[in-house]
Amino acid sequence: MQQVAGHTLKAFDEDIERLRALISQMGGLAEHAIGEAMRCLTQRDVEGAAEVVEGDKKLDVLEIETERRAVQLIALRAPMAGDLRDVVAALKISGVVERIGDYAKNIAKRVPLLENVGKIEPISLLAEMARIATEMVHDVLDAFVERDAGAAIRVCERDSAVDDFYDSIFRTLLTHMMENPQNIGQSAHLLFVAKNLERVGDHATNIAEMVYYAATGEHMADRPGKSPR
Amino acid sequence: MAIPARRRIADISAFAFATAATVFGLVWLTWILWMTIRQGAGALSPQLFKEMTPPPGSSGGLLNAFYGSAVMILLAVIIGTPIGVAAGTYLAEHGRYTKLAAIVSFVNDILLSAPSIVIGLFIYTLVVRTMGHFSGWAGALSLAMILLPIIVRTTEESLRLIPDTMREAGFALGLPRWRVTRQILYKAGLSSILTGILLGVARIAGETAPLLFTALNNQFWSSSLNGPLANVPVVIFQYAMSPYDEWHTLAWAGAFVLTAFVLALNILVRVLARKGKQR
Amino acid sequence: MNDSATALRIKPASSAMVSDAENMAAIHIRDLDFYYGKGHALKAVNMDVPAKCVTAIIGPSGCGKSTLLRTINRIYELYPDQYATGEIMIDGRNVLDRKYPLADLRRLVGMVFQKPTPFPSSIWSNVGFALSYYERLSKSEINDRIEDALRQAALWDEVKDKLNQSALGLSGGQQQRLCIARTIATRPEILLLDEATSALDPISTAKVEELIHELRERFTIVIVTHNMQQAARVSQRTAFFHLGELIEVGNTSEIFTNPREQRTRDYITGRYG
Repeated sequence: MQQVAGHTLKAFDEDIERLRALISQMGGLAEHAIGEAMRCLTQRDVEGAAEVVEGDKKLDVLEIETERRAVQLIALRAPMAGDLRDVVAALKISGVVERIGDYAKNIAKRVPLLENVGKIEPISLLAEMARIATEMVHDVLDAFVERDAGAAIRVCERDSAVDDFYDSIFRTLLTHMMENPQNIGQSAHLLFVAKNLERVGDHATNIAEMVYYAATGEHMADRPGKSPR
Repeated sequence: MAIPARRRIADISAFAFATAATVFGLVWLTWILWMTIRQGAGALSPQLFKEMTPPPGSSGGLLNAFYGSAVMILLAVIIGTPIGVAAGTYLAEHGRYTKLAAIVSFVNDILLSAPSIVIGLFIYTLVVRTMGHFSGWAGALSLAMILLPIIVRTTEESLRLIPDTMREAGFALGLPRWRVTRQILYKAGLSSILTGILLGVARIAGETAPLLFTALNNQFWSSSLNGPLANVPVVIFQYAMSPYDEWHTLAWAGAFVLTAFVLALNILVRVLARKGKQR
Repeated sequence: MNDSATALRIKPASSAMVSDAENMAAIHIRDLDFYYGKGHALKAVNMDVPAKCVTAIIGPSGCGKSTLLRTINRIYELYPDQYATGEIMIDGRNVLDRKYPLADLRRLVGMVFQKPTPFPSSIWSNVGFALSYYERLSKSEINDRIEDALRQAALWDEVKDKLNQSALGLSGGQQQRLCIARTIATRPEILLLDEATSALDPISTAKVEELIHELRERFTIVIVTHNMQQAARVSQRTAFFHLGELIEVGNTSEIFTNPREQRTRDYITGRYG
């Protein structure tokens, strides 16, 4: 359901595009943050991690800016139908993306606390989980830009993969902790990282629901691929 | 700077020409008015309104002429106004889109510009010859025939000036056409219609030619409409052309009163128009 | 004529009969076509207007919305080259039928126009203008009806001390409310408002909109407006017209949040033209 023609008032078009551009920008930053945080985790790059934590502030600023622009758009343009749903979706998505950024920050914060992360297996699992979650965020924001309801549904379907990864990492880390009590500290941190990544996946599906509503005007039926948690 | 200079010259000369033309016209008008006042004021006295037209050599007034004119004008208004307003209403309202209305309107325009002497002749043939003598009735009729097309036209115009939304509002309430016309449109257009009547009266007050054929004139006091009736325009005509000085003076006096009457009517019309606008 | 018989019929004030009517459509429009001479202004319009609620008709200029309104009370019959074919059923009878008496129709259906048109008489006389034509009422009954209408039109407090003054002395917004009072004094069932607030300032507009909201409990109201925000504020049902055709009709909240037709979407989001 594309909005084909532009508004008679060109400024209206510009306002909406600027709002959507802000969302894209936030998404790019969040994606990058997760990728960087995981890289710093695997490579034990403490300085890099500090940069990720610092970089989260930019996301907060952008969220405030998005909110301001959205409210202004509603007040001044009185958007209707698809335009109104777009603006409301943008408003909600900006909050969710900001939270995704917060999760990346939390992961980065744990990097200095993890000294001896030589356990290869859970780390590689985590990296793979992060890759899928990041991809979900990337794809769902593409769907937002394209107003593509179908793509949004496909993103939701991938959440089950992320959840499965979480289950598997959970069991692995549990085993680690039972093998050697000295591992408990590290494993606990890694568990939190895994939880954060799982939350990122959930948030990506939240965004997908908002994209679907904005595009179609209807609410997504029972989310496909949602495992009971 | 060649172009602006040329334009400036054209502008100034056009302005000068227009001003000169205005002054030229005003000069004559003012002169007529001044002459009337100067000559006529000399004969103004209470006597003018108390005595009859005198035989040559003696003094007198214009009472019978004033009376005769007043009666005939009044009669003309009584005859002409109802018919004129009704016809004007038909043209503006009931018959607005009909062919009959177009024809009537056209004929009315012709009547409006018919020479008044032709109308006098018409009434002469129809009434005076039939009755066998001149009469005030004939005079009143001829004045009515001159008044009628004026009132038809002004009534039609007045009603047409009222916006259609007023009519639609009346009809939307379910009122039938005659009620809409009577209770809404006449009230809304009242001052305009009245103005039309007054302007018509101002016009017929000075009509001379038709009266020559119909009421003629009467030296003596007569309150009967069945015979020749004195009236101001014809008295002016006769006395001005006569060789007697007293009669000349009386003629000027008559002209002055007539002019003052028409002037007063026009002022009244303007006052009414302004009151109409204030609402 | 049965005018006097129908005229003396008292309107039921209780809600017993109204609740059935609420679910029925007040106006059924069937295959309505309208012509201005050779011009085809309304094309095969089929629409139901529900009772006791406000229906807004929106669309770009020239789409036929005012024409539709003027067809319902046959005010177009004033002009010789305008005519309509099809049916408009009110209370089970086709009001477009030549045999349906105009006076009955206009008692049933009242209309307020864009430009406030107070008649050149007193406020009291304006409101009671059509009353004595339809019904035989005593002087005190007429006074009661006039007061009732002015109260319903939210104008009573402002004019109760100057009922004998000329209606032309009121402000624009007051004049329009006077016209509304005049229309509802005869207790019609249906009210047609043709861009009734377009000539008013924002405060008067808001007062009239509030008035419409209160009146909808007693009347079926159809408004034509070129102001979409007004349609959104005031109506429960909205119909979108384009070039003489009914494109879409539905609940106002749906039309403005998720319309079905592309043309509707284009118009309400400002992508039209």
